[in-house]
Amino acid sequence: MTLSDASAVMGAAVPLDPALLTRADRAELLRFMTMMRVAEERALSLYKQGKVPGSFYDGRGQEAISVGAAFALSPRDRLCILHRDLGAHFVRGVTPDRYLANYMGRADGVTGGKDGNLHFGDRARGCVGMVSMLPDMALVANGMALAMKMRGEPRVALTFFGEGSTANGQWHEAMNFAGIQRLPVVFVLENNRFAYSTPNELEFAADPVERAEGYGLPGVEVDGNDVEAVFAAVHAAVERARAGGGPTLVECQTMRMHGHGAHDDMGYVPPELLAEWEARDPIQSYAARLLEEFGFAAEEVERIDAEVRAYVGECAERALASPLPEPSAALEGVFADRWEPLGDGAAPWSGWAEPGDRPAAAPSVPPPPGPTIERRAA
Amino acid sequence: MAELTYLEAISDGLRTEMRRDESVFCLGEDIGAFGGAFKVTAGFAEEFGPERVLDTPLAENAIVGAATGAAIEGMRPVCEMQFADFIACGFDQLVNVAAKLHYRQGQSVPLVVRLPSGGGFSGGPFHSQNPEAWFLQAPGLKVVAPATAADAKGLLASAIRDPNPVCFLEHKGLYRHVRDEVPEGEYTVPLGKARVAREGGELTVIAYGSAVPLALAAAEALEEDIEVLDLRSLCPLDTEAILASARKTGKVLIAHEATRACGVGAEVAALIGAEAFEDLDGPIRRLTAADVPIPFSPPLEQEVLPQLDDMKEACRELLAY
Repeated sequence: MTLSDASAVMGAAVPLDPALLTRADRAELLRFMTMMRVAEERALSLYKQGKVPGSFYDGRGQEAISVGAAFALSPRDRLCILHRDLGAHFVRGVTPDRYLANYMGRADGVTGGKDGNLHFGDRARGCVGMVSMLPDMALVANGMALAMKMRGEPRVALTFFGEGSTANGQWHEAMNFAGIQRLPVVFVLENNRFAYSTPNELEFAADPVERAEGYGLPGVEVDGNDVEAVFAAVHAAVERARAGGGPTLVECQTMRMHGHGAHDDMGYVPPELLAEWEARDPIQSYAARLLEEFGFAAEEVERIDAEVRAYVGECAERALASPLPEPSAALEGVFADRWEPLGDGAAPWSGWAEPGDRPAAAPSVPPPPGPTIERRAA
Repeated sequence: MAELTYLEAISDGLRTEMRRDESVFCLGEDIGAFGGAFKVTAGFAEEFGPERVLDTPLAENAIVGAATGAAIEGMRPVCEMQFADFIACGFDQLVNVAAKLHYRQGQSVPLVVRLPSGGGFSGGPFHSQNPEAWFLQAPGLKVVAPATAADAKGLLASAIRDPNPVCFLEHKGLYRHVRDEVPEGEYTVPLGKARVAREGGELTVIAYGSAVPLALAAAEALEEDIEVLDLRSLCPLDTEAILASARKTGKVLIAHEATRACGVGAEVAALIGAEAFEDLDGPIRRLTAADVPIPFSPPLEQEVLPQLDDMKEACRELLAY
């Protein structure tokens, strides 16, 4: 890894039609990225206070990827979200209280304590929860896309994985099968430079995006710290898949700004590399861009930050008030007694709003529709 | 009723379910134009089209993973492993993804993995295994192993309709050697219900799959008062039927073609030892394959797998106890 490798990523590979994003959309993109950052900071502090059993993982520095990618999806599209992608859960309508409760193993966490951290998928939001083996969910996303294709539905499955996953044989199986069947699936690859401590040069000899062509599908490389670039690339891939054009691999270049987990001091990362990517922080740089290019007032940007912080604070209180699960729940739910469909996720992008229903201004911060701890308790 | 082989019954069951429910589809290696290595899906591509009889590349995780995703989206996929042994290559998707999804997030995964299993034909170490115990250590998977043609059809239909991942072990040695009356049209046999294949009062042989016809043949040859209990399902296990028969005869031999250590026999023996100890008139014995890989050469394979003489001897010993 040289610094020039990391800084060689320039802009969006897919040009963004500026009309795709309204002013309100841009405020939403900033708001969701901020919500991910603030919620993860809060979760980390709960971990340090001993309130999180097990270990802690976050996606600091990668907020633009999960937010930008999920923002391109329609309600009926489906997702497998990974452990650095909290923003995608928020975009689809999961609220921070349920995320924080899940981390603390509480009854109101998305899995009710059955699984921890980001190992969850909210069924009501069209999401299938990840497993630790990577990139297993790419094969499951293929299967969802296969069902959509067989039924002739204009829907798309999207999944994330890191560059570390591309070394595993199942990645090959996933790409090959998707290519053969021309599945309506979008693979969002987050190259955050390290698989735990293993750097890119020990992970692969040829960059994964270059391998896409070998599977008969396009590979697109974007600046993963530019939320609009990610949105543009994924939007194009999603629309292509929806129209029957098959899968796309979107490689997002980024940097994991924290250790693999909170226990990892990242002693193996050169400080200059961190400093370089710190200067390209996806949230700071987008806020600056909103001011400079899109005519946002400083107060607007500050208000988004303040409202998100207040909202996440309320969510943390609700999560802390959530009880631990009843021990007997551990013995329940191994088998299903019936199949039920996944619900649809929130799709906040204005492109999915009905004509005339386009939000004219940045919405206030209250939670997106869907279950929250408060509503569940009510 | 029609007399069908075990293989024809599996075909018939699968075809019937595919006609009944458009969401049922098959995926696997060489199952389309070729009709499958054992011809279970011969003619299916013509009737149902290549999309519902999907030929896949040689990628077992891709098969099980695709089935998992499609099942979540409301399809009823039936995966064919060309040989049960190859599930090792798709094991991760089965035990880590499909098996745990309902427990972790309430997501039902209605898929079937068909597993042509078993030895006796010089298939060697990679085409002869009986891997059922692997699955029984993965909570969330159901496991069935029919011994008759009628059960093969009925259990397959139930497995397809079940909202959970089901491992369907079809013994290759029974494919063309077992033939019995099979109900025509839609037919189901409930999962988790054992079957008394032969009534008796002096000894119970608890068996499944290929060990059932072996036990029946031994009982006939010995002309003894032997009961044969065919488990049919290994998970859920019909503990009631097992305990009832053990209590009735007081002597139990558990027989299966799979290897011995930590196998189904060990589980059933522990159950009987714990729950029916006072009704026993002798030790609980097992007749299983030896704990070695399945060798290729006929005399070696016969040495490892339970044979009719082994079954007769094991029954005689317990009857004399």
